[in-house]
Amino acid sequence: MKRLPILVCALRDPGQVVSYTPADWDLLLRQSAATNLTPTLLSLIEARGLLQSVPAPARAHFDWVRPLAARHQQAVRFEVACIQAALQPTGLPLLLLKGAAYAMAGLEAGRGRLFGDIDLLVPKARLDDVEAALMLAGWAGTHHDDYDQRYYRQWMHELPPMTHVRRGSSIDVHHALVPETAPVRPDPDSLRARARPIEGMPGLATLAPDDMVLHSAVHLFFDGEFDKGLRDLFDLHRLLGEFGVEPGFWDGLVARARVLELGRPLFYALRHTTRMFGTAVPPAVLAAVAPQGPNPVLLPLMDWLFARALLPLHPSCDTRASAGARFLLYVRGNWLRMPPLLLSRHLFHKAFLTPRAAS
Amino acid sequence: MLTVASLSRAELAARLAGPGLSVQTGPFVSRIHSPIDRIAEGIATLYGDYPLRALDDFADFHVHMRRSGGVRRWYRPQVSFDIDGLVPFEPLPQAHAFPMLEWALNWCISTRAHAYLMIHAAVVERDGLAAILPAPPGSGKSTLCAALVSRGWRLLSDELALIRPQDGLLVPVPRPISLKNRSIDVIRGFARDPVISRPVENTTKGTVAHVKAPSDSIARAHESARPAWIVFPKYEAGAATSLEPIARARAFFRVAENAFNYSPLGAVGFNTLADTIDRTAIYDFRYSQLEEAIAVFASLEPPAP
Repeated sequence: MKRLPILVCALRDPGQVVSYTPADWDLLLRQSAATNLTPTLLSLIEARGLLQSVPAPARAHFDWVRPLAARHQQAVRFEVACIQAALQPTGLPLLLLKGAAYAMAGLEAGRGRLFGDIDLLVPKARLDDVEAALMLAGWAGTHHDDYDQRYYRQWMHELPPMTHVRRGSSIDVHHALVPETAPVRPDPDSLRARARPIEGMPGLATLAPDDMVLHSAVHLFFDGEFDKGLRDLFDLHRLLGEFGVEPGFWDGLVARARVLELGRPLFYALRHTTRMFGTAVPPAVLAAVAPQGPNPVLLPLMDWLFARALLPLHPSCDTRASAGARFLLYVRGNWLRMPPLLLSRHLFHKAFLTPRAAS
Repeated sequence: MLTVASLSRAELAARLAGPGLSVQTGPFVSRIHSPIDRIAEGIATLYGDYPLRALDDFADFHVHMRRSGGVRRWYRPQVSFDIDGLVPFEPLPQAHAFPMLEWALNWCISTRAHAYLMIHAAVVERDGLAAILPAPPGSGKSTLCAALVSRGWRLLSDELALIRPQDGLLVPVPRPISLKNRSIDVIRGFARDPVISRPVENTTKGTVAHVKAPSDSIARAHESARPAWIVFPKYEAGAATSLEPIARARAFFRVAENAFNYSPLGAVGFNTLADTIDRTAIYDFRYSQLEEAIAVFASLEPPAP
C-alpha cells in the first residue's frame, strides 16, 4: 500500500505525534474533524501522556472537543438507563450492539468514540412488545411512508429507527445482524444465548467478544456505506487488539465465523485492519481465513475498492477514484442485502415512487 | 507582525485564488480560499489590519468560497461555502459572497470552539470592563455595538461572546460588524469616517454591509476582559431611553437561550453562565436615539464586587 494518510498513521502509532510539525497537525486535525475522530485521537494521546507535547494551537482543538466527548459519554449512559427502564415490563435484558456496547462495557473501542444512535438486539418474536414499551416511554417511529414501513418490517433486520419525541435521541431495534433478505443468516438466537452481562451493570449485556467482532465486520463489509468506514475499521482494530490477548480468542473467532457463515466479512476485516493499522493478527489465523476470501480474480478488485473507500473522508485523501469506489461498494452493499429482483424493485421504488422532501 | 495590508490588491487576490490567505482574528486562524472578486474586495476593505499568518503554519479553519458549477454559472452565478469538503449551507447568489464568508466564519467558530461558552451577543469593553449585548432577532444589537465602538469602546465581537470557563473572562474575536438595512446609513451618519464594505442587497436579512473593526481593537485582540454588564438592547422607533434592572434568575434563562452551546457544555456551561450572571449587572435597555444610548453606557456603574 502507498503512503498512509496522516490520520491513519497517528491512529496506528500515536507516539509519533511528538515529532509532528504545525503543518502536520493542521492536516491531521482536518482529517480527524472530517471523520469525527478528534475525540478518539485525543483519548489515544492522553492515554500515552503525550498531551503536553502537542503544540498549543492543536491542543486548542482537543479542548474544543473534550466537552462534547464528555457530554456524549454522559448522554449514552442516561439514554441506556432510560431504555432499560422502558423495557423493564418486557422482562428482556438490554443487549447493546456497536458503539453503545463498547462505551458501556468500558472497551477501548468505546474511548472517545462518537455515535449517533443506540443499537439493541431483541428476539424477533418480541418485537411488538419492545416497540410498544418504547413508544410508551416516548420513542416514536420515524419512517411513516407505507413503503418504508414494509421495507423495514418485512425485509430488514431492524424496526424503522425510533426517535425520542422530547430528547431527539435515536434507537435502532435489531432482531438480527443482517437483513432478512440477505444470503447469509447468522442465527440471532445463538448470538443472544452467548451474550455476556456487562460487569457492574445489572440487566445490561453485550455480544460475546467473537460475535462482537463478527458483527462489526459484517456491518462494515456488507453494508455498503463507507461514510464512517475509517471509524468502523478502527473499531475492529481496537476490538481485535483488546480481545486478541485473551487465550483462545483467535481460534474461537475463526470457528465462530464458520458457524455463522461470516467467514467472508471476517476475511476482509482481518485483511484491512492489518493493512491499514498493522493489527496484530496471528499468521495462522490469517492463513485459516484465507480460503474464505473471494476468488483470486475478484480479490485485487475488492482490495482496490476497499483501500479507497476506507480512507478518511477528506479532500486530502480523495483521488479521482474515491467517489467511484464508494459508489460501487454501495451498489454491492445493496446487492448483498437483497436478491436481485427484490433489489431492483426496491431501487425503482426509491428512485421514482418515494415522495421527495421539498428541495 | 505582517498584516493583510502589506499585500497589494493583486497579491491578495492571487493568494486567495491560489494557496489561500491565512488571517488571524482573535484566537482563531482562518485560511480562506476563493477566486471570487467580491471576497478579495471585502477582505481588502475590512481585513487590512489583521495579522497575516504563514502558509506552513497551523490554521484552525480552512474555508473555501467557490463558484458553484453547472449551467447556472452562466446565467445566475452562485457561491458555495465548504470547510474541508463539508458543505453546511445552500449556495447563494455570487453577489452575496462576502456576507456569506462572514456567516461562514461565525459558523466555524460557533459549531466547533466548545472550549468557550459561546453566546450570540456583541461585546464591547472600556477600562477592562465589558458589556455583553445578547441578540434576540431584531434587537438592534449591531447598530448599538457599531455606535459604541465609534465612541471609544473597544470591540471584542459583534456576534460571539466567548467566555472562558477557567477564569470567566471574555476572549475577543473582533471582526467586521454586520449592519442591516437602515442601520447602514445610520452608522454612516453617526460614526466618524467609518469604513463600510459595499452593501449587498436582497440577502435573507435584507441589505447587508459590514463596518471595519477599529485598528486598536484588532491590535488588542489578545487582551481578555472581565464581564461587568449584560444589557439586552431593544431598538424601538420613538421610544424614550430606559434602562431597567432584570432579576438574575430570569436573566439566566434569557442568556442561556442566546447561547450556542449551553446544552452541550453540560455542567461547565451552567457554572460558567451562573458565575457570569452573579458577577454582572443586568438590564433591559430600550432606545431610539443613539446619542442617548451612548450616554447611558458611559454612565454604567461597575457592579459591586
